[in-house]
Amino acid sequence: MSDVLVVSEHRRGELRDVSYEAITAGRELADARGGDLRVAVIGGDVDGFAEDLNREGVDAIHAVENGEEFDHNVYQTAIAALLDRTDAGTVVAPNSVNGLDYAPAVAEDRGLPLVTDAIGFEYDDGLTVTREMYGSKVETTVDVDGDRHVLTVRGGEWAPAEGVGDAPVESVDVDLPESGARVTGFEEVGGGDVDIADADVLVSVGRGIEEEENLELVEELADALGATLSSSRPIVDNGWLPKNRQVGQSGKVVTPDVYIAVGISGAVQHVAGMKGSDTIVAINTDPNAPIFDIADYGIVGDLFEVVPELIDEFA
Amino acid sequence: MKVLVTVKEVAEADDDFAIEGTDIAASDLEYDLNEWDDYAVEAAVQLAEAGIADEVVTVTIGPERAEETIRMALAKGADRAVRVWDDAFEAGFADVAAKVSTFEAVVEAEEPDLVLGGVQAADTGFGATGVALAERIGFEHAAVVNDLEVDADAGVAHVRRELEGGVEELTDVDLPAVLTVQTGLNEPRYASLRGIRQAQRKEIDAKELADLGLTPEDVESALDITSMYEPESESDAEIIEGDAGEAAGRLAEVLRDKGVGA
Repeated sequence: MSDVLVVSEHRRGELRDVSYEAITAGRELADARGGDLRVAVIGGDVDGFAEDLNREGVDAIHAVENGEEFDHNVYQTAIAALLDRTDAGTVVAPNSVNGLDYAPAVAEDRGLPLVTDAIGFEYDDGLTVTREMYGSKVETTVDVDGDRHVLTVRGGEWAPAEGVGDAPVESVDVDLPESGARVTGFEEVGGGDVDIADADVLVSVGRGIEEEENLELVEELADALGATLSSSRPIVDNGWLPKNRQVGQSGKVVTPDVYIAVGISGAVQHVAGMKGSDTIVAINTDPNAPIFDIADYGIVGDLFEVVPELIDEFA
Repeated sequence: MKVLVTVKEVAEADDDFAIEGTDIAASDLEYDLNEWDDYAVEAAVQLAEAGIADEVVTVTIGPERAEETIRMALAKGADRAVRVWDDAFEAGFADVAAKVSTFEAVVEAEEPDLVLGGVQAADTGFGATGVALAERIGFEHAAVVNDLEVDADAGVAHVRRELEGGVEELTDVDLPAVLTVQTGLNEPRYASLRGIRQAQRKEIDAKELADLGLTPEDVESALDITSMYEPESESDAEIIEGDAGEAAGRLAEVLRDKGVGA
């Protein structure tokens, strides 16, 4: 029961980085509980994936050869089977779009407490998870009942597991129930005239711009700086800019020389898409906005006052 | 067909806030309809307008205060609302299973064909209730849906799931189903004056656990928030001081140093 089962994630033939991060988190928990670390790889090229996932600290790999792409019914069934046949008490899954498509169902099915979006944890007499609330304004510690749990871990919070391990790989067959959800295809969105990932300088606009007609102001700034215009999610949700301008987890990951965030609070999904920028500048009215945590330069002020002045400087 | 929409009134912290015990001080919180649920309500109302849904019912776990938010959903076009609250919820932090037990009882009473809810609540951000509910009530599900087309005759919802990195998964989901709705699925309407007036006459059915055949034990939480604090700022940002003109001037120097605008 002290073992930890990490569920890896892949898409269209490639393992996703969160898999290696989840291994690190899982190893940490297994160490604290004195158990083994087991890694599940479900669907796709399981043999190839198992080789890549065989990193230092992994004690066993369970390869479930069912299907090519993600299917929550396959994941739920496979994880349930692995919990039945191993000593794993806690499931660690990525807090990803797909992770959140099966982990809550696994917890519900097994009657296990669920904590999502963990950014840290401790295991002493029991599990205590650190997570954020109120849009990243606060952190909380959450005590979790019992000694079996389902935990999803936020991407980028644990270092990816490295090294080469020598864990045995076990092939597992599971009997699948008929699935009522069928993946019919994938589509890349956000193509078009401009690739913001190619830009050296990005002026990126967020909710602080308030109205669609105010976009002109940041367009003018981008022009003055010779920069490309990008945005955070709400601007695209509102239909004010096309999807190909969106920076963040569900948009593009960008790493320009200079990233100027105008009226962007810095939600974790946005930060995931731009934290690799060389220099980050933030202009925001809220001094507690998380964007200032990752900024190199900040102006705490009203963008409608600062941006026109900045345009003048480059006019 | 009947659509049930889970609607939450969420709390947002003011820019300046104090923490009292394990929560933000009530006086520093503003309450509003959860942004994601706004899109779920809109999706349901559009299904009704398209003649696909016969009835749209909202369900909320929340105290009497939440009725203002619920009226908002009614003003946008939901037909009626169920609000569940009980002293048992005052005791602490309701975990996903506690919410699922509550919604399960409402689903049994309402017998919807489709349950819609937001991907997550803006305040607690668990992002798990919809999928866990589907498992409990034996519905199919899809999480993080940003496009929805319901074929009621075929009993299928054609959805797109918004994966990371600009990739969408096209999936057919058999009904009955629970779908969690991502922002951007549609353009949530503003309530019209007429809608607001009509909402005053619509029913909000307030229930306690016992009315649903539940006991406080059914909503006992496995989670306990033991501390809340402001994260230590990891910022090493140089904050540029001065009025707008001075700050912009200094920032322009920095940017020119980096070769911007050259």
